[in-house]
Amino acid sequence: MTEPAVADRPAGERIPAIEAVDVSRTYQLDGVSVEALRGVSLTVQPGDYVALVGPSGSGKSTLMHLLGGLDRPTGGRLVIGGRDVNALAPPEMATLRNETIGFVFQAFHLLPRTSAVENVALPLVYRGVSARQRRERAAAMLGRVGLGHRLDHRPNQMSGGEQQRVAIARALVTEPTVLLADEPTGNLDSVTGAAVLELLEQLNAESGVALVMVTHDQEVAARAHRRITMRDGVVVADSADPRSAHDRPPSVDHGRPATLVPAPSAEPRSASGSGPGHPSGGSGGAAGATGRLPREVERPGGTG
Amino acid sequence: MRVAEAWRVALDALRANRLRSALTMLGVIIGVASVVLLVAIGTGTKQKVEQQVEGLGSNLLLVVPGRIEVGNAPVVSPLTLKDVDAVTRVVGDPDRVAVTVASGATARAGARSDFTTVQGVLETTPAVFTRSLARGRYLTGTDVDTSRRVAVLGDSVARALFPDRDPLGQQVALAGVRFRVIGVFAPLGQSLGVDRDDEVHVPVTAAQRLWGTQRVDGIAVKAPDRERIDELGERIVAELNRRHPDTEFSAVTQQQILGVLGDILGVLTGVLAAIAGISLLVGGVGVSNIMLVSVRERTREIGLRKAVGARPRDIGVQFLLEAVLLTTIGGLTGMALGVGTALLVDALSPIPAAITWWSLALAFGVSAVVGIVFGVVPAQRAGRLDPVVALRTE
Ligand SMILES: Nc1ncnc2c1ncn2[C@@H]1O[C@H](COP(=O)(O)OP(=O)(O)OP(=O)(O)O)[C@@H](O)[C@H]1O
Ligand SMILES: [Mg+2]
Repeated sequence: MTEPAVADRPAGERIPAIEAVDVSRTYQLDGVSVEALRGVSLTVQPGDYVALVGPSGSGKSTLMHLLGGLDRPTGGRLVIGGRDVNALAPPEMATLRNETIGFVFQAFHLLPRTSAVENVALPLVYRGVSARQRRERAAAMLGRVGLGHRLDHRPNQMSGGEQQRVAIARALVTEPTVLLADEPTGNLDSVTGAAVLELLEQLNAESGVALVMVTHDQEVAARAHRRITMRDGVVVADSADPRSAHDRPPSVDHGRPATLVPAPSAEPRSASGSGPGHPSGGSGGAAGATGRLPREVERPGGTG
Repeated sequence: MRVAEAWRVALDALRANRLRSALTMLGVIIGVASVVLLVAIGTGTKQKVEQQVEGLGSNLLLVVPGRIEVGNAPVVSPLTLKDVDAVTRVVGDPDRVAVTVASGATARAGARSDFTTVQGVLETTPAVFTRSLARGRYLTGTDVDTSRRVAVLGDSVARALFPDRDPLGQQVALAGVRFRVIGVFAPLGQSLGVDRDDEVHVPVTAAQRLWGTQRVDGIAVKAPDRERIDELGERIVAELNRRHPDTEFSAVTQQQILGVLGDILGVLTGVLAAIAGISLLVGGVGVSNIMLVSVRERTREIGLRKAVGARPRDIGVQFLLEAVLLTTIGGLTGMALGVGTALLVDALSPIPAAITWWSLALAFGVSAVVGIVFGVVPAQRAGRLDPVVALRTE
């Protein structure tokens, strides 16, 4: 039930996957208002690869929830897949999530006691896809994330990296326009995390799904085509937005101890935050199993 | 989500927590089983009593002083054998009229004794009430006319007084007066906890002399046909009212007795079912409780399902089906248990039990409804959960 895009748009311009205009989100906590987002405007285009960075508590997750239709803004206008969420009832929001958004969470959120293929097929259940088709499509998707041999494994029989791959397959099985990943490698060691990241980049390049990823890792952020930096509930820098003076590197207080940043390794690689091609890298499908070393990525601190 | 899919998800959830599901069902199982069992006992008792009342003989009219109503105190009878003659004239056939004057008395034979009911009767009793003898003979017209001290023993009395010898021709002392045993009744068994074989029949004239009374407690008439039974009853009551203007008389048919007994036993069955129903209710509360726990435990799962596109209704239906499955599986198990126990009780104990289809349908229907009623609140709560909050729950 994808709707025609919002009408008042010049012909020829791309229809944005998500468009947020002056969006705010205020939480009420025991009578105290917490302004998690204070007027955020941004547009996610189909095929985008966006890194969302900022210190802890700056509102990244809050923004992700809004962009994915899991939550509603308390102010401003938010259009997802051409539909204004302010006009949607909860069941319509659910359908919108099902059809246009894929989520990848830091904590994987797989159903326990449920096989990988059934976990991946879950979104299709709410589309009324038949059991046989669900299994076929889920198995194919698991093949694409390099888990074709793990169809009937349960989450507790898989490594963290494998579990996150299952979660990625689940997010993409519905062929959404946007994949929202909130610290997808946050629970993984650096090697596994790098492989998962590479998989996400590869899928973004191959299938054209827009990828919006929250990360605390500056190296990771540097690889994205576009960086959005948040602070205190507002966007302070957006590398794709001409109004943003320049793509400032995020400030030093990025909430994570520096020791968690993966150490540079031997494999050389050119890294640039604004390169035209996707760094899709080798055969991402089997990356998790091969125990590949983390890539050498230039520290973004040097770019001024 | 498709309905078949929702059932599968609900079943999987119950299977994942087998022990808890089983314990939750136990409340419903016990509730349904006791409804089925107690209704079966109520129904069985009612059927048995009805059989026995019908077994008294057909087209029976019982004439007693006072009114036959639940809660009415019995009236001391003003009737005598002269009234019996008058009734016989109304009926027109002496063979259709029986009487009784009854009192408790100790029966003694040698060293053995038994407290029993001595009934003074006419020789017509076996014809009016369908009674048959196991041995010997019944009273004759001559026995009655001559106040002969002869007795016919009920099966229990015969066993109590003469456990190891033939009672025929033996002497029994009834309230200290010696009677000769001329017959023994075929056994009738128990009814509502009363031993119907615990009685001794003697000629009404001998009984009246024994207790020094002219009294007759009641008159029974076997009407020639069913159509005129009410009219005959009215004529008899009119005749007795003419003879005893101060006393009210009632003539009741078996149908009326069945009606009164049926009402009493119906109320009894209802009360039993209600008590059992309360335990079913308690079982339902248990289901509700466990469903709330289940919703809380699976908050993250609910959040995730919502994130991938489950609508509030999908989640609600999933949990509602879970509750309904709990109670209907529990209900079916309870039905099987109730039926099994009822059959055992009926076979192995003197308590009669009869399974009725409506009690099964009711118990099953109620358990399904209990599932819906007690599942709705947890299901709604699950359906309304905020996905962001749910996903963040530990
Ligand atoms: N449910 C809530 N109720 C009240 N305040 C909230 C709630 N969720 C988030 N906040 C507040 O909103 C602000 C932004 O939170 P958010 O989770 O979006 O930050 P974040 O950028 O994702 O941080 P992190 O990098 O640590 O994940 C914080 O100050 C947080 O305390
Ligand atoms: Mg966050």
